[in-house]
Amino acid sequence: MNTPLRRVGIAMLAMIVLVLAHATYIQVFKADEYRADQRNQRVLLDEYSRERGQIVSQFDGQVLAHGEPTSGRLQYLRRYSEGPMYAPVTGYYSWRYGSAGLERARNDILSGNDARLFVRRLSDMITGRDPRGGHVQVTIDPNVQRTAYETMTDRDFTGAVVALKPDTGEILGMVSTPSYDPNALATHDGEAQEEAWTAMSEDPSKPMSNRAIRETYAPGSTFKLVTTAAALEDGATPDTEVTSASSITLPNTQTQLQNFGGQTCPGSTLEDALAYSCNTAFAELAGELGASTLRSTAENFGIGKSDLDIPMRVAMSSVGQLSDEASLYQSGIGQRDVRLTPLQVAQLAATVANDGTAMRPQLVKSLLAPDLSTISDYSDDELTGEPALSEENAEILRDMMIESEENTAGGGKRDDLTIASKTGTAEHGADPKNTPPHAWYTAFAPADDPEVAVAVLVESGGDRGLAATGGSVAAEIGRMTIDSALRGQSE
Amino acid sequence: MSSPVDTSPGTGSGPTRKLPTRRGTELLMLAFATVIITFALMLVDANQGQELTLSIVWYGLSYLGVFTVAHVAVRYFAPYADPLILPCVALLNGIGLVMIYRIDLASAERAAQQDIAFTPDAPRQVVWTVIALALFLAVLVLIKDHRTLTRYAYTCGLLGFFALALPGLLPASVSEVNGAKVWVRIGPLGLQPGEFAKILLLIFFAAFLVSKRDLFMSAGKRVLGIEWPRPRDLGPIVLATGAALAIFVLLKDLGQALLLFGMVLMLIYVATERAIWIFVGLVPFAAGCVIAYNLFTHVQQRTRNWLDPLATYDEPGGGYQNAQALFGLGTGGVAGTGLGAGRPEMVPLSKTDFIAAAIGEEIGFIGLASVLMVYLILAMRGMRGALAVRDTFGKLLGGGLAFAITMQVFVVVGGVTSLIPMTGMTAPFLSYGGSSLLANYILVALLLRISDAARRPQQGGRPRGEQQKTPLSDTGTVLVERPS
Repeated sequence: MNTPLRRVGIAMLAMIVLVLAHATYIQVFKADEYRADQRNQRVLLDEYSRERGQIVSQFDGQVLAHGEPTSGRLQYLRRYSEGPMYAPVTGYYSWRYGSAGLERARNDILSGNDARLFVRRLSDMITGRDPRGGHVQVTIDPNVQRTAYETMTDRDFTGAVVALKPDTGEILGMVSTPSYDPNALATHDGEAQEEAWTAMSEDPSKPMSNRAIRETYAPGSTFKLVTTAAALEDGATPDTEVTSASSITLPNTQTQLQNFGGQTCPGSTLEDALAYSCNTAFAELAGELGASTLRSTAENFGIGKSDLDIPMRVAMSSVGQLSDEASLYQSGIGQRDVRLTPLQVAQLAATVANDGTAMRPQLVKSLLAPDLSTISDYSDDELTGEPALSEENAEILRDMMIESEENTAGGGKRDDLTIASKTGTAEHGADPKNTPPHAWYTAFAPADDPEVAVAVLVESGGDRGLAATGGSVAAEIGRMTIDSALRGQSE
Repeated sequence: MSSPVDTSPGTGSGPTRKLPTRRGTELLMLAFATVIITFALMLVDANQGQELTLSIVWYGLSYLGVFTVAHVAVRYFAPYADPLILPCVALLNGIGLVMIYRIDLASAERAAQQDIAFTPDAPRQVVWTVIALALFLAVLVLIKDHRTLTRYAYTCGLLGFFALALPGLLPASVSEVNGAKVWVRIGPLGLQPGEFAKILLLIFFAAFLVSKRDLFMSAGKRVLGIEWPRPRDLGPIVLATGAALAIFVLLKDLGQALLLFGMVLMLIYVATERAIWIFVGLVPFAAGCVIAYNLFTHVQQRTRNWLDPLATYDEPGGGYQNAQALFGLGTGGVAGTGLGAGRPEMVPLSKTDFIAAAIGEEIGFIGLASVLMVYLILAMRGMRGALAVRDTFGKLLGGGLAFAITMQVFVVVGGVTSLIPMTGMTAPFLSYGGSSLLANYILVALLLRISDAARRPQQGGRPRGEQQKTPLSDTGTVLVERPS
């Protein structure tokens, strides 16, 4: 009976080999899938057991987010100082709902998983110190951020403010209102987290949406900067004659395109047209320039870039199809299918301010190791590789924008400061004439040596309803933001 | 067929020649196992931020001490036993203790945070280990010759069935824990009689098959090319299996049912040397599976959990456990997270049924494969004893015990890795649990006894009587050699 016993022995061997083969399949081939499954909390728990790095401002080292030791199972609680104000920058870091913003985009550094931290982690391990995450230093200027956020929230405005440093692309301020408190999502109390998440994600005002980079809007007259730049590059001058008619008929249609309030333009040069924001002139101008010229200038401003990360992904701005002449006319004044993010609108002013060259916007100044030594520094980079307009034309456009600023109402003006700006009042919605317009203001200052460029968007007329204009609603916020930026940096 | 193995030890067993007992190897291997376990314990403490003190060395030494007692007992009572069996057991038991201690640390931490009283399981498992070793000694001392067990075959069978049925007869308050009605709890002490039943029944079946072997081999009608034994001889075994399976199904303990069925099938096959019996047995098994699937919702649920544990993750009684085990195994990957550096406590029942997931997570595929290899060595060594032993009962019992170990490993590790549907079963020697440990140490004592009998030189007048007592295997050898 040894033969059957030997066969049983072989069967036993086969059973173990089968289990081994299956274990190989699970632990080698399927391992990554199981490791990354969102219901597998091991990786997350590991992250929580490590001290997550801080998010700090490049100015005064102000801490926007840090880990606070707790006695709980999750060893560190993520805390955000002035959570709602900085939420568009920091994002949130939640046990249940994952992460967003920089918390997500730079998670590798913050959690300590980044390969560049490996050697330090190894030495931590040998010296018996708990491995820690690296820090992210952001370009945000707390003064700018606070001013922009408070002026927006004081007025209960829904919208966004972006402030850029024109020559480097550093983002000095990025505000989206209404905002949310990331602390509510970072709490370790699961129920409180769930409650906050439900409340915020069901809120019709969409507090968790970062309007500055994730939403696109009709830019209205601020887009005339692009049209003007294209015209200047095409050989036009400020004195070029343009139509001053109060209204024109769109080609091949019966549709009338009117100036604001149905007025005749007070002047008939390109300079006047921009200063008074005459729709008819820019509509015709766009028609004369043609779709490809307009589009290529727009692209050099950064419009149409689909892969821009700051390091959060920025929604793509677009001029739309420009399929026929009528749509080209309407696009020339920033309506129809033109959709820009507030960041892109700030980029319009910043590009003019930077002698016609768009710089790549960037939110991260540098990445630091846990011991604060620098891992990598941000370096300036041109956004598109080709200037949107020449230095001379940029200067001309700047002077035209100064002219425009002088014709713009709204508070917050300073006598000792020359600002170059452009406002916008963009119609939107299914019934544009009866929907309060989006109010825009984009500007840079000081005009002769630009240090800051801003864009302000106030959704749906702010507090003025149908009568809202870029000048009356958005301009003051923009000017105060500029003021805070200049003041903060001179200190 | 079995002539070379059967006759060679017999012919070489003159009183002048002394076979090496290889006890020294055993002691050395025990020390080696202890070093591995001590090192593992050190890693756990280091990774868990516990203070590293000399006490770990003392733990290691006392572990070695306890097993040295077992070793000395083997030296006296089973000097020719296989030298690898005991070290394999010591290694597995030690790894189990380290893992239980490691999960204790995690559970203690969690309990402290929630202000819940927590009693660690590792010390209890140590106590169980000591009791189990005492039982191991008792078996070695009391059973001088495994053949004496045949005298108590029917007693064993009765006891076995009674032990199986006992939890089912008792009220749920003393027999049910977590939905499985397999316990007998008296005060703080809990035992699962089913664990012991499997050994008792194995003894019974082996003895029964040996005594009726000739009937299975020869008598009966030829139908469909198979020689069927007479129903009255087959009756008891069919009845016994059916009863055991019925009890198991009623107790909702699928794992034990599978194990028992596999063992009976294997014993019949070895006893009759006819593969056809396996197929004959598999037909009712398949039918039973289909019936069970249609009859019991929990069988259907387990099947779905097996097919895709991630899909049934959120269902009550769904794939949560299996999925967590897979998450742990996946996170461990090839090399593991390191002992004490993973989170094996996230898998439910990580100290008992799912301890293989904890091992796979912390010491990775490499560690899990090593543990499986140790099991394989243990089982194969047992099988070697069964092959070499002279008597039929010893062969059947030894083979059955070795097969039982492998079958348990297959069912439990296969279940944890979702190779087969999960059935509640403990990993021998690794899992926390007194009954499993006690039963498996008895099993190993019997294996040692058989392997000792296999290599023990036969002395003077005694073998003559013994050989006459086992006429079946001897007639077998003569038959084979006749044609030449």
